[in-house]
Amino acid sequence: MDTLNALVAFSNFVAIPAVAYGSQLALGALGVTLVYGVLRFSNFAHGDTMAFGAMIVVLLTWLLQSWGVSLGPLPTALLALPVGIIVTAGLLVATDQLVYRFYRKHKSPPVIFLIVSLGVMFIMNGLVRFVIGPGDQRFFDGQRFIVSVREFKAMTGLREGLAIKTTQGLTVVTAVIVVAVLFWFLNKTRTGKSMRAYSDNEDLALLSGINPERVVLVTWLIVAALATVAGALYGLDKSFKPFVYFQLLLPVFASAIVGGLGNPVGAIAGGFVIAFSEVTVTYAWKKVLVYALPDQWEPSGLMQLLTTDYKFAVSFVILVIVLLFRPTGLFRGKAL
Amino acid sequence: MIKVENLHKHFGGFHAVDGASLEIAEGSITGLIGPNGAGKTTLFNVIAGVHAPTSGRVTLKGEDITGLPPHELFHKGVLRTFQIAHEFSSMTCRENLMMVPAGQSGETLWNTWFGRKKIAEEEEALRAKADEVLEFLTISHLADHKAGQVSGGQKKLLELGRTMMVDAKIVFLDEVGAGVNRTLLNTIGDAIIRLNKERGYTFVVIEHDMDFIGRLCDPVICMAEGKVLAEGTLEEIKANEHVIEAYLGTGLKNKQKGAA
Repeated sequence: MDTLNALVAFSNFVAIPAVAYGSQLALGALGVTLVYGVLRFSNFAHGDTMAFGAMIVVLLTWLLQSWGVSLGPLPTALLALPVGIIVTAGLLVATDQLVYRFYRKHKSPPVIFLIVSLGVMFIMNGLVRFVIGPGDQRFFDGQRFIVSVREFKAMTGLREGLAIKTTQGLTVVTAVIVVAVLFWFLNKTRTGKSMRAYSDNEDLALLSGINPERVVLVTWLIVAALATVAGALYGLDKSFKPFVYFQLLLPVFASAIVGGLGNPVGAIAGGFVIAFSEVTVTYAWKKVLVYALPDQWEPSGLMQLLTTDYKFAVSFVILVIVLLFRPTGLFRGKAL
Repeated sequence: MIKVENLHKHFGGFHAVDGASLEIAEGSITGLIGPNGAGKTTLFNVIAGVHAPTSGRVTLKGEDITGLPPHELFHKGVLRTFQIAHEFSSMTCRENLMMVPAGQSGETLWNTWFGRKKIAEEEEALRAKADEVLEFLTISHLADHKAGQVSGGQKKLLELGRTMMVDAKIVFLDEVGAGVNRTLLNTIGDAIIRLNKERGYTFVVIEHDMDFIGRLCDPVICMAEGKVLAEGTLEEIKANEHVIEAYLGTGLKNKQKGAA
């Protein structure tokens, strides 16, 4: 038995990737939850909004790279991020004005909005593929690791190595900052409170002089920021491929629903629940168990419950379980 | 002050308001009574911009306000409360009141980041005002309680308090007294009278409690089946044959219908 090595292997292959993935899901789920809370519909176009935002960041990064601009050890994409957010915000506001506003005026039921968002999803889907193509794009540059396996081994003398990728560190740090700013905004500023008020009780908000169009506008701006950051971080961490963002819709929605739709705290918790479940269920535990168990118990198989091909099934199963036993989610959704 | 002309509101084939015309005098506390389903709340909803009317006109001091959305009416000083008290449940009572005045400088995104000082000063003033209102309504001790957790009657007070956070011109109160005990009802009544006298608010009050109506309201308007039936003092209304018929129904009429 070798607890220390087991712990290192666990951190390296399960905990660290799951925390990074969880942060990305949390950011995505926050966007979904905000749209649900304020505009009261499930925005199926969110995955492709993330793809669009990430695409703009990719293109700008390439442009900056061609100019020879770099951030040293950090990826150049960070410089492109603010512009990416602005362009995505433009797209979302335009979509809202052209499409969603019509249905708001007609006071359409949420299910109509949901179907409309499905249409928007396909258009964005096509738009992204039209511009950048369906292929895999790499746009990461800078230093690859904060801590590399070799350094770690030399430092500690352990058999197992531990690596922290720059993108993983960056993802977590960015997520923490974004979430902190978002919560400050929602709880402490007048605009944020208007959003909460509108989400809590629309009739009363209107009769308190809150302009619904303003609240909706601000919501889309925030959603654009969240989607672009989430999309770009995911792209940096893995790679950018439009279809992957479409697939990401399921875990993102699962996160938002598991936490409780409309509840920002829930979205974050849900993101980590889904990420940890996905990683633990699809990880081959042999490596950790070799250290954790007495020698005679050493497993002969891989100790992998599901292959990674099934990772989306994990979100789906969790989603079904939550909807069956606690439909409002872990944190009682519905109000911001 | 408010003039409603031949207002219709149809929900499919159901004529909730069916050609109502009435006028509210400035500075009055007008009572609006009528049996359940008479169309009182729908009339309120149409005036307050929640529903667009099927036809007809609403004017505020001669200005056409028909079908304006609620938040724009709010800026014109037209406020309403709800039959079932509404509140921002996740905010404290004080925050609920502080939400009310529109056009605060914290509303622009620019100021949110770059006008912190101005916002802080405004919020300070608002906070003081909210505390004053809570004091007036005798619910100061609830300032920091979540509004979703206070009692139904206290929520009604909070509704009234909301109208006190701005300079309202006319306030529509939809059954402020429903589900409220006598003592609290008197507190609400006192508050309404004081606001009317001291601040010159015009009130339109929907209420089923005739003592409450009698104490506050002059004139009283009675509605039934989407139409205005009668207008006058409570005594006149009580003596009005049509009103009695609307409330109690007449045995004779029903019999005739049955025979036919």
